[in-house]
Amino acid sequence: MGKTIKLKKGFDINIIGKPQKKVDNNFSSKTYAINPSDFRFIAPIPKLTVQEGDEVKAGDPIFYDKSNPDIMFCAPVSGEVVEVKRGQKRAIAEIVILADKENQYKQFDKVDLNMIDREDLVKHLLGSGCWPMLTQRPYGVLADPTETPKAIFVSAFDSAPLANDLNFSVAGQQEYLQAGIDALNILSGSTVYMGMSSGQSANELTHLKNVETNNFDGPHPAGVVGIQIHHTQPINKGDIVWTVKLLDVIAIGRMVRDGQFNTERLFAVGGPSVKNPQYYKGFIGANIEQMLKDNIQSENNRVISGNVLTGIQITPNSHMHFFDNQLTVLEEGDKHELFGWLIPNYPRPSISKTFFGNLFGGSKKEFNVNTNTHGEHRAIVVTGEYEKVLPMDLYPMQLVKSILYNDIDLMEGLGIYEIIEEDLALCEFVCTSKTDVQQIIKDGIELMVEQG
Amino acid sequence: MQFLRNILDNIEPKVKGNKFLHTVFDGFDTFLFAPKTVTKGPGVHIRDGVDLKRTMVMVVLALQACLLFGMWNIGHQHYTAFNLYSGTGDALFTKFLYGFLQMLPIIIVANVVGLGIEFIFAAKKGHPIEEGYLVSGMLIPLIMPPDIPLWMLAISIIFAVVIAKEAFGGTGMNILNIALTARVFLFFAYPTEISGDLCWVAFDYNILHSIFGMEGATLQALGMSAVPAEGWRSLMVDGFSGATPLGLAAAGGWDAVTQATLPNGAAQYSISNLFFGIIPGSIGETCKPAILFGMAMLIAIGVASWRIMLSMLMGAIAMGLLFNVLGGNPFLEVPFYHHLIMGSFLFAMVYMATDPVTAAQSNTGKWIYGFGIGAVGMIVRVLNPAYPEGWMLAILLLNVFAPTIDHFIYQRNIKRRLSRA
Repeated sequence: MGKTIKLKKGFDINIIGKPQKKVDNNFSSKTYAINPSDFRFIAPIPKLTVQEGDEVKAGDPIFYDKSNPDIMFCAPVSGEVVEVKRGQKRAIAEIVILADKENQYKQFDKVDLNMIDREDLVKHLLGSGCWPMLTQRPYGVLADPTETPKAIFVSAFDSAPLANDLNFSVAGQQEYLQAGIDALNILSGSTVYMGMSSGQSANELTHLKNVETNNFDGPHPAGVVGIQIHHTQPINKGDIVWTVKLLDVIAIGRMVRDGQFNTERLFAVGGPSVKNPQYYKGFIGANIEQMLKDNIQSENNRVISGNVLTGIQITPNSHMHFFDNQLTVLEEGDKHELFGWLIPNYPRPSISKTFFGNLFGGSKKEFNVNTNTHGEHRAIVVTGEYEKVLPMDLYPMQLVKSILYNDIDLMEGLGIYEIIEEDLALCEFVCTSKTDVQQIIKDGIELMVEQG
Repeated sequence: MQFLRNILDNIEPKVKGNKFLHTVFDGFDTFLFAPKTVTKGPGVHIRDGVDLKRTMVMVVLALQACLLFGMWNIGHQHYTAFNLYSGTGDALFTKFLYGFLQMLPIIIVANVVGLGIEFIFAAKKGHPIEEGYLVSGMLIPLIMPPDIPLWMLAISIIFAVVIAKEAFGGTGMNILNIALTARVFLFFAYPTEISGDLCWVAFDYNILHSIFGMEGATLQALGMSAVPAEGWRSLMVDGFSGATPLGLAAAGGWDAVTQATLPNGAAQYSISNLFFGIIPGSIGETCKPAILFGMAMLIAIGVASWRIMLSMLMGAIAMGLLFNVLGGNPFLEVPFYHHLIMGSFLFAMVYMATDPVTAAQSNTGKWIYGFGIGAVGMIVRVLNPAYPEGWMLAILLLNVFAPTIDHFIYQRNIKRRLSRA
């Protein structure tokens, strides 16, 4: 057992519509899609290896990035490539596959982890669709196959609002999980760290071997892997670490044990607009239309692949994004509110104690949130509020400002290597001046990479 | 409600063509209705309920106790100077009405001039009107002498808003505290009007007072038929002194403060009068319970930094103790705890030093910044031979140094990060 790290800073946003721990067994997604824009810095028009009308099996490559042709992006299910959707400037928005009734897997070699050397394992994962599950820090990019990371980090719980309960999601998958961990151990060359919540101490995850566990005790963002890295082995200039999502570790384990690219997982569907918040089983990139059919209780909604802090808005008939295992639906807040800034017409979550309900622990109850900004964008005035929700030894507001005036030395010094957008998402939520913190960090990361 | 919304929606297209009108319209529209804007990706989909308007208006609300007491006190000091209604419980309403009517033009001028400039700059830049002036517009009247000529007030506000704020880019960008810049401009440009013994009491009647018949009533009470040619000041009763406790302390130490008497023989600066604020002074800063109420509110709702307040208190106490130990002249020997209820120390601590834009931004920096104000303020107050008060200058000085303080705090973080490698 590792150490327990108590995090005081942070904020849990309690929202109505928490997913019940049950799975809708009638659900099956008709189509699946992969969206190249989920991977930072790959070309907007990658090289397609399939055309509309082609038949693929789960694990067949469908595209690769020309700057990194070894990394194959593979079909999550078998079926027919029915559409290549294009977005602005002909960028590829989605490659849609109409799923077979019975999923056919392309058979890869099973892997004997005791025999295989690192080089061969890398090759195996590159060709089989598993590699894009490895994210590299700094900057949250695709893992570079020519690098060996200092360590690999996995967060074993998701503390975001309405998150997928990973204890529920991994139930019964322990052998695959262990195989995935063992594979990551070979990739890392050193240590695989897993961040657990204090509630997971008696959980089947604790029986895993070859992994160093640390407990993170505190509110969101305790479950965000960037925060866990900071408290375990902070990233210094020149360091490279990789991160993998827990459910993707299982997929890697299935590749190792069964030789199949099997990304089956549970998607948590929740939010104030959802009638029956619960779980749905599918593969990466599942279509959400059937999850929401007869399951929405209000009009004018926003559908988000991911959580309310970091997710991506999608249309109600499109597909889950690659890294998301959670779907959130809430009402749009495009209504005027008479004196809303002074006398709120309905309760809303806030870390501010100017809402007198919050003075007496009122923020513990569940809120019916919407997408209203609750105020206009302003210059930054209030200080110290980002720090209240970021459990890192880092000055977030100063970092944001250094990005705004493009001071690369200062960005480096203040810790741009240690963060990606999701780590500071709560700072954006609490900002009194409604600053677009995540967009600014995205710009900062792009500037850093551009300047080499 | 919907009716009001419809009116606004009908007006909007009509003012769209004119930049200035549209900015003003937008200001009122967003004041009446929280806008219907929604979050747009990438980024968070929900936002915290708090915004700058709410934060700013909380400070204005916290100031109301000071304002209400200040209005009564203007009246009380006014009538005391003529030896009328000199009991604190006498003629409550008359005193309040006098103060209210004295205060009203000051508040109107402060806001019309300040917001006017704000509107013009917002229209020029094509920005929405920012809320920063909401607080300045309340603070500036409260730190003025009660009989400030309105044109001086207007000029000092124009200077403060244009030079200290808009020139730096508006709300959130300024280096110096706006309200204190207005005050310091007044102090250096019109020194005779804002120092001396008689500037802290309002003597004259303005047109509003006349409309309510207050001037006549006072003449009647004094047994006079007309205002003398030398003005109201000449009617001041013998034995009344508007000298501030700090002025007295500078000359004769704490004894001089306690020995001052009112025309009716009562002590003018008893501990309780100093604490409750029944003394001449700037409008909002005399009443300590009202300030403490505001302080409690601002700390409870987390709008003002308790770190700055506490460290400033510590700085002032530390320097006051040092002076007491050193001794040497009566002012140095004034016990440090008495300094805390004289002058504008508390008001400056709660409302001026804590301005988040001009204070240090890091939490560690706030401790240094606050302590620096406390210490420097006492030095200026006690060792400065010309003017026995220091918070205005100390805060402006530390405003200038706040970015430097923060710089060293951030450098420490950067070094810590480098040393890990």
